[in-house]
Amino acid sequence: MKALIQKLVETDGPSGYETNLRSLVRSQVEPLADQVWVDNLGNLFARKGKAEANGLKIMLAAHMDEIGLMVTHIDQAGFARFMPLGGVRAQNCPGGRVHFLNGARGVIGVEKLDDPGKGPAIDQLFIDLGASSREDCPVKVGDVAAFERPFIDMGSRLVSKAMDDRIGVAVLIETLRGLKSSPHEIDFVFSVQEEVGIRGATTAAFGLDPDLGLAVDVTSNGDTPKGTKMDVHLGKGPAIKVRDAGMISDPRVVAWMIKTARQAEIPYQLEVLEMGGTDARAIQLTHAGVPAGCLSIPCRYVHSPSEMVDFNDVQHAVRLLIALLSQPVGLE
Amino acid sequence: MMPDQELDTPAPPEIGEAQLALLERLCNACAVSGDEGEVRKIVLEEVRPHAGQVTVDALGNVLVSKTGQGEMIPRKSTAGQARLRVMLAAHMDEVGFMLTDDEGEGIFRFDTVGGLDAAQLVGKPVYIGKEHVPGVIGARPIHLTTRDELTQKITLESLRIDVGPGNGGKAHIGDRATFATQFARLGPSLLAKALDDRFGVASLITLVQQPPPNIDLLAAFTVQEEVGLRGARVAAYSFDPQVAFALDCTPANDLPPWETDEGRIENTRYNTRLGAGPAIYLADSSTLSDPRLARHLVQTAEALGIPYQLRQPGGGGTDAGAIHKQRLGIPSISLSVPGRYLHTAAGIARLDDWKNTFALIYHALSRLSPDLFALER
Repeated sequence: MKALIQKLVETDGPSGYETNLRSLVRSQVEPLADQVWVDNLGNLFARKGKAEANGLKIMLAAHMDEIGLMVTHIDQAGFARFMPLGGVRAQNCPGGRVHFLNGARGVIGVEKLDDPGKGPAIDQLFIDLGASSREDCPVKVGDVAAFERPFIDMGSRLVSKAMDDRIGVAVLIETLRGLKSSPHEIDFVFSVQEEVGIRGATTAAFGLDPDLGLAVDVTSNGDTPKGTKMDVHLGKGPAIKVRDAGMISDPRVVAWMIKTARQAEIPYQLEVLEMGGTDARAIQLTHAGVPAGCLSIPCRYVHSPSEMVDFNDVQHAVRLLIALLSQPVGLE
Repeated sequence: MMPDQELDTPAPPEIGEAQLALLERLCNACAVSGDEGEVRKIVLEEVRPHAGQVTVDALGNVLVSKTGQGEMIPRKSTAGQARLRVMLAAHMDEVGFMLTDDEGEGIFRFDTVGGLDAAQLVGKPVYIGKEHVPGVIGARPIHLTTRDELTQKITLESLRIDVGPGNGGKAHIGDRATFATQFARLGPSLLAKALDDRFGVASLITLVQQPPPNIDLLAAFTVQEEVGLRGARVAAYSFDPQVAFALDCTPANDLPPWETDEGRIENTRYNTRLGAGPAIYLADSSTLSDPRLARHLVQTAEALGIPYQLRQPGGGGTDAGAIHKQRLGIPSISLSVPGRYLHTAAGIARLDDWKNTFALIYHALSRLSPDLFALER
């Protein structure tokens, strides 16, 4: 699975420009699914199974896109200004490297700050592509880049610039691979444009109108020095989302996930995230409303070039999803 | 993917004196978000004689369906046998004000409707309500203003609309108001309030009157764009189109660079430039434009020698933001006429930019084929 994760994080897919990643995911799921298709916005669907009498139509979602940037201006000296695609944090940018979809590479520089203690704003940053004029700059307005940083395998901990949400994509692929039998019709959705406002999942959920929905995404944590107060820790198991800023998980879904984890003796944590939102929000609010929840992978340094997850949490997430999907769903 | 051969597309209708007169009527009409009746009336008058089906929906959007008349374009793929159902959206509403408190003697407190900067309101004449009661957003004259006050930011709370005691009976809490600016032509330029988005409305009326025959045209004259793309959302749900274009007007912040102690500062945030042609959107806060449609617009402009510019990716939003997320997802993009000083009392735009914008959308629609979507986004 680590090899799969590495391949996924080393393929760029900034929001709205997920084509390369979609090709990779499709090559993985095509041999495993009954049916694979792509919708108007670029969401990839992989359907497995038929709903039996005691089965449901279940939507699982993990987003393919990662945060990135788009060029807004090339100045006379050949420096590129940019806008963020998704929640790029300006303080994480200076000195960073970016990789454009056209192959060009650049480093991010910062203007001289009036108040260095305050940190830069996005419009004080620029990309240096090694050009000396507008004419020889290898990118133009509208070109898109992802952040560039090598994958690190630390043993139990894995680090990449795109764990959010390639780790969810990897979990869905491995779940699809590992699921031997299920009473449900399951749509594995690899969604687009989550980072810019949960856009892909909105249309995907409308199209499927499922009986039940789960997102698989990363969540924040509270286990680093002087960190946010939050009772989620790397290595203590996948987190069952109770709420975030975008959704209150269906309590019946939360109870079902907890019960299943206990029965299967899979470690888990409960997640209460004070900010953020996932594809599950779009599922919950589609059509007449859908019972929805989210299985989260605890992740440190989210939206930085070095997002860190625990590999055991990842494997437990796959085990828990398979346990959840192998049996009829009892929502109480 | 482009069509195998150049399509024999008809010449677009001209943006001439009739369209300018229409734009003038539209700009001088008052239609603050939620109260679009005055513009809707003009739209209905203009489209009814030309359109197959015209409805006004529950929110006040005018929805016009016009089935294509020309021959179907032969295509290799089966998808290509049908005409595309193409939605075009232009919003009827403009930014403005709402009276919130009657303080007597014809003095009203007010709130802004849509994105307006309080500092830009001072001293502007306005019209209130359906009867266009004249008033002014009052300001203290400079010889009674202290030096301290001059350096302070003007707040909305400190401003009032004054209609005078004689008119007090005609203005009421809840009435909308907007700038009283009258349309004017300045050589190659146009000066008016509400160019955002009467340009789009005038273009879309012209398209309904003389549509490209190869598509089913679904025209949405939308409401409440300026307060959050509300009308377009339900319009797109109703139409359920295969592809959508928002026709709008986007700021040009293209004044010349300025000198500072450190030398000439390059303007890196112009958004668009007047005179540089229609502005094609790649990304704003609400939409990441469908790259297939962006390529189609660029290729159409280049093939026909129509000037164009890429709007700087950045903030802002158009009806496309609401449309593309409807139902199963709708490939969408926006095309705008650039305008200076938008969301203030008076904007300035170039007539040639409008002409080129109309020519580009018309040709792009004429050349639109289902083959464009054979390639996944």
